[in-house]
Amino acid sequence: MDFSFVVVQALSGLASASSLFVIASGLTLVFGVTRIVNFAHGSFYMLGAYIAVTVVPWLLEIDRSPWLFFVGVLVSAVAVGILGVVMEVLLLRRIYKVPELFQLLATFGVVLMVQDAVLKIWGPVDITGPRAPGLRHGVEILGQRFPAYELFLIFVGPAVLGLLWLLMHRTRFGILIRAATRDREMVGALGVNQALLFTGTLFLGAFLAGLGGALQIPRVSASAQMDLSIITEVFVVTVIGGMGSVTGAFLAAVLIGQLQAFGVLVFPKITLVLVFLLMAAVLVVKPWGLLGKPEAAAGRAALPEGILNPARFAAVEKGLLALSVTALLALPFFGSAYTMKVATEVLVFALAAFSLNFLVGNGGIVSFGHAAYFGLGAYAAGLLVVKAGVPMEPALVAAPVVAGLFAALFGFFVVRLSGIYLAMLTLAFAQIAYAVCFQWVEFTGGDNGVVGVWPSAWAASRHVYFYVVAVLVVAAILALRHVVYAPFGATLRAARDSEQRADAIGVDVRVHRWLGFTLAGAAAGLAGGLYAFSKGSIDPTMLGIPMSVDFLAMILLGGIQTVMGAVVGAAAFHAIKDVFMPLTDFWRFFLGASIIALVLIFPRGLGGAYAALRRQPGVVRA
Amino acid sequence: MTLLSAEGLNKSFGGVVAARDVSFALTAGEMLAIIGPNGAGKSTTFNMVGGQLRPDSGRVTLAGQDITGMPPREVCRLGVGRTFQVAQTFLSMTVVGNVQMALIAHAGRTRDVVADAERLFRAEALALLDRVGMADAADRPIGELAYGDVKRVELAIALAAAPRLLLMDEPTAGMAPRERASLMRLTAGIAREEGIGVLFTEHDMDAVFAHADRILVLVRGEIIAAGAPEEVRANEQVQRVYLGTTGVKAALRARRAHG
Amino acid sequence: MGRFTLARRALAGGLAAAPLIGLRVPRAQGAPVRIGELNSYSRMAAFSVPYRNAMQLAAEQINRAGGVMGGRPLEFVFRDDGATPGDAVRVAEDLLTRENVAFIAGTFLSNVGLAVADLANQRRRLFFATEPLSDAITMQQGNRYTWRLRPNTYMQTRMLTEAARGRTARRWAIVAPNYEYGQSAAANFKRLIGASIPGAEIVAEQYPALGRVDAGATVGALNQARPDAIFNVLFGPDLTAFVREGNTRGLFERRFVLSLLTGEPEYMIPLGDETPEGWIVTGYPWEQVEWPAHRAYVEAYRARFNDTPRKGSLLGWVTVQVLANLLNRVNSLDNEALVDGLRDLRTDTVTGPVVMRGIDQQGTMGTWVGETVLRGRQGAMRNARYVDGAEVMFPEAEVRAARRSS
Repeated sequence: MDFSFVVVQALSGLASASSLFVIASGLTLVFGVTRIVNFAHGSFYMLGAYIAVTVVPWLLEIDRSPWLFFVGVLVSAVAVGILGVVMEVLLLRRIYKVPELFQLLATFGVVLMVQDAVLKIWGPVDITGPRAPGLRHGVEILGQRFPAYELFLIFVGPAVLGLLWLLMHRTRFGILIRAATRDREMVGALGVNQALLFTGTLFLGAFLAGLGGALQIPRVSASAQMDLSIITEVFVVTVIGGMGSVTGAFLAAVLIGQLQAFGVLVFPKITLVLVFLLMAAVLVVKPWGLLGKPEAAAGRAALPEGILNPARFAAVEKGLLALSVTALLALPFFGSAYTMKVATEVLVFALAAFSLNFLVGNGGIVSFGHAAYFGLGAYAAGLLVVKAGVPMEPALVAAPVVAGLFAALFGFFVVRLSGIYLAMLTLAFAQIAYAVCFQWVEFTGGDNGVVGVWPSAWAASRHVYFYVVAVLVVAAILALRHVVYAPFGATLRAARDSEQRADAIGVDVRVHRWLGFTLAGAAAGLAGGLYAFSKGSIDPTMLGIPMSVDFLAMILLGGIQTVMGAVVGAAAFHAIKDVFMPLTDFWRFFLGASIIALVLIFPRGLGGAYAALRRQPGVVRA
Repeated sequence: MTLLSAEGLNKSFGGVVAARDVSFALTAGEMLAIIGPNGAGKSTTFNMVGGQLRPDSGRVTLAGQDITGMPPREVCRLGVGRTFQVAQTFLSMTVVGNVQMALIAHAGRTRDVVADAERLFRAEALALLDRVGMADAADRPIGELAYGDVKRVELAIALAAAPRLLLMDEPTAGMAPRERASLMRLTAGIAREEGIGVLFTEHDMDAVFAHADRILVLVRGEIIAAGAPEEVRANEQVQRVYLGTTGVKAALRARRAHG
Repeated sequence: MGRFTLARRALAGGLAAAPLIGLRVPRAQGAPVRIGELNSYSRMAAFSVPYRNAMQLAAEQINRAGGVMGGRPLEFVFRDDGATPGDAVRVAEDLLTRENVAFIAGTFLSNVGLAVADLANQRRRLFFATEPLSDAITMQQGNRYTWRLRPNTYMQTRMLTEAARGRTARRWAIVAPNYEYGQSAAANFKRLIGASIPGAEIVAEQYPALGRVDAGATVGALNQARPDAIFNVLFGPDLTAFVREGNTRGLFERRFVLSLLTGEPEYMIPLGDETPEGWIVTGYPWEQVEWPAHRAYVEAYRARFNDTPRKGSLLGWVTVQVLANLLNRVNSLDNEALVDGLRDLRTDTVTGPVVMRGIDQQGTMGTWVGETVLRGRQGAMRNARYVDGAEVMFPEAEVRAARRSS
């Protein structure tokens, strides 16, 4: 490796870092002020690129000057900023009062809608934007050619950092942003118009995302997949830097840019997972990222988001439950073959969602990577059947055991953190597990996965397998539900309500959370094993981010503050998907719109709405 | 017999000394108050005893056993109950549920996945609530209670561990004057009756001088005076830096009014 | 919300449009023959929408001309496969059980194709895999019920390595997306290049994550290895980013490049005036194909959709031709009869004769190999030549070994 190459490769890394930073700074600002994990940030980036490939060529028709190019880029970024304001005013403003996780779900709905809207407006073919006039050429650096535009990009990052610093330290708006990032309640106390501050922050955040996207058009083509490809990376940058810290985001972006630039030389196949390994390592050593600050302990005690005093089944509900279980078991007698297939799937997802809500709703442990344990259970079962020739029955025992073991391993590190950092570490571990399943082709079959994971002969028919699933899932859910009411479940709730108090009465909070994480992982693993046999195959999408997000959507739709909401949420989510998918290519748009509508109409989920109904006298006797 | 002893505790945060060579002892059934102006190191000292902070040097012993740097949960298991400046309770639970939770933890049954938590130790919890005068509110969500009542429940939670020592950080902060007096009376009564040692910090001088057996005065991390209330009241240095100045007193009143 | 494409309504509309045109032809009558088609219409719309368009148009033409099996209309039930194996298997079950289709066809992604193939095997129903490229579908994981039309990764790679015969480039660099298609193309290339260029060696390999190429770093790493030639498997947005970066940094100067799929309109159109010249690629230069049947199809397609055909359009059209031929030959919807009917079935399609080779259940549909060239501000293919798939199929012995071992 000669010196000039090292220099040029480092410059490439800096150029990537610069772009990454511009986008990540917006996300971290929005999080700092609103505490919303804005999934739609990647969509803003994509919109920035799409608007730029539309606007910039039009401007360049007038005059091929570099200035017009950058005018076009800024216009695009401002347009995206305005879209951010639209999202804030139409959607987020209505849901600031609902738990933060629901806001996350709503932004995920926006992601789905924007994806299809982009396809509709700009069509499915990637659009390549023009290069920047005056910066098309390569520059000789130590005998190596380097794109002039990337040299320019290298300066954009620090420039944006500097401008943001000025904004944050020299303007009232910026000072308010910093104050809100440090202490939200203080801003309320200062008598600041919070709505205006949030709107302004969303504008700035979306503007930066749009700017990042628009600046990319001379390098990459605008495509409908660019939102999801950027969002995880941007999350990683903000988390490594410390959520809310712009300077931290800059450092993290530089770190990741260099890691990728030199990582491709050493590990050309695993650059993606390198990033997540870095994040996991940083979080294990520095639980709040490089420059993040610990969340200030809430000065005022607030009711936790999650299961409150868990309601018992009233007589009516017991009847209802018995009726639905009976109906479920009778399904094969009146349902069609397809109904049974769907019912099998809903049951599997219900268990996975229930186990996730055991963590989120009951334990206050928000996992963004629960699909990891679902998928690891599926892989354990599938690989045993296909590679080791083990029959279905022991494989279904192995699924929760293996998933539980991995949950214990990952959970050991996870429970050391809290809040958003905990969530991101679960995501990092899920991505590492995903990458291993994806990359270890000889053992796991790579992205193709492994086929031939079918049930034993006696359970091969749709009917019998349905019963296998129904019995195991109902038993597992009832068992987990029992744990919620048992001292262990109550202890997890207690630790969620007040870690300090739990500690002071002699509870080892970490150990209990770790055990809870393991138990939930094992339950998800059982669901995964059952899923594998219902599909006949395993593949990495089972532990991918979209699967984790689906589980989150299910429990949020169902309502995280009720015990049984997750089951309802799984059914509702699946039903929505199943209705729209056959109907139209734009089913994601409708899925997203349905999610947003549900969040707006039932801000506490379907289960929460039912619980509210239940409290009204005369509806259900509790 | 000495229940709690602190010997030469030191703690500094990035160059700022929060506690310098703090030593004191507490016997069973005794109420020891730590007072001092804001930033005097009361909470730091308190947290070093309770296990929330590890001292840079020095030793804390409980009935002869070294508990220096032990995490709070282990300190609790050795018989130390604790209340917080801002009451810490399990907000999602009922009043009795909170106390039951503490009893479950005390009994070491937090990993039990079989029993029904709602039925466990209910009678014992009600008895404890009765002692603090909160039995009537047993089945109400704790979030609905007035703050003074929450503080009483917190005392019941602390008592659930059958403690030998109670650590109470500003037990009456944020309470109305009448409630304050009655909470302190209640605490003092229980402590004397059961021979529990109580270490507390307090801003309310009326409460301190009415109930404390002994008082420690901390200023800038150092103990400047210690002894019975009368002695402390008579100490010139204390009067100068703390009690004497009416301005300080007025400030303290104002602060209490804001809670 | 505008005109969201409602798959079924569009199809119904297409069928209903026929009488409006007022053609007095023997219209198909009787119970329709329903075929379930699942594909990634949402995720891979650039490919799959032209594909579906062509299928609908082809089916209309067949129905106007009297349908299949002596007068029954051909009807496709299109479904989105969700682009994941889990969703696809459910959708396939839906098609088979609720929609009562005679058999299923389609899929785009390899893992989706493999999962559906295994489901077909389990349920003993015919699956006509049109697009997924994975060799495994017809090799190690091949099964009696799964047939594939499109030339697989091995065939396309072999077309390129054969085209490299006689070149002198010894030092090769490989860049491929990091998933099965990329890995298997790279593996095939390593196997095959020696036969065309004795002494060829691989001096660098880069496998950026699909959709996330860090183009600057990747181009830098390839440049550093100073290869004589490059084998590229990147496509889509990755390809655009890679080509731009490579152009600016001079990666392609005086280097011979073999590139899979780059000549397909789906991937060439976005490259625009950045299209590098002189790459040997597989692709689809539809405007240069002079066969009368092909020209007729192109004209019909352009007239109907006001758009140029894509590779997907061709594949959709040929799929319908092969399936119609199958139904007419077998003249029954019996599943086993249909599966047997495909064995060595020969169909005259717009790309010439296509045989569904019995031994590996792989179609002999070929593709075009040519050299990229810039025409105006758009890329095109020069000296394009149609390579019949039959010339580059897996050797029979290899097929037997692979399929026996599974």
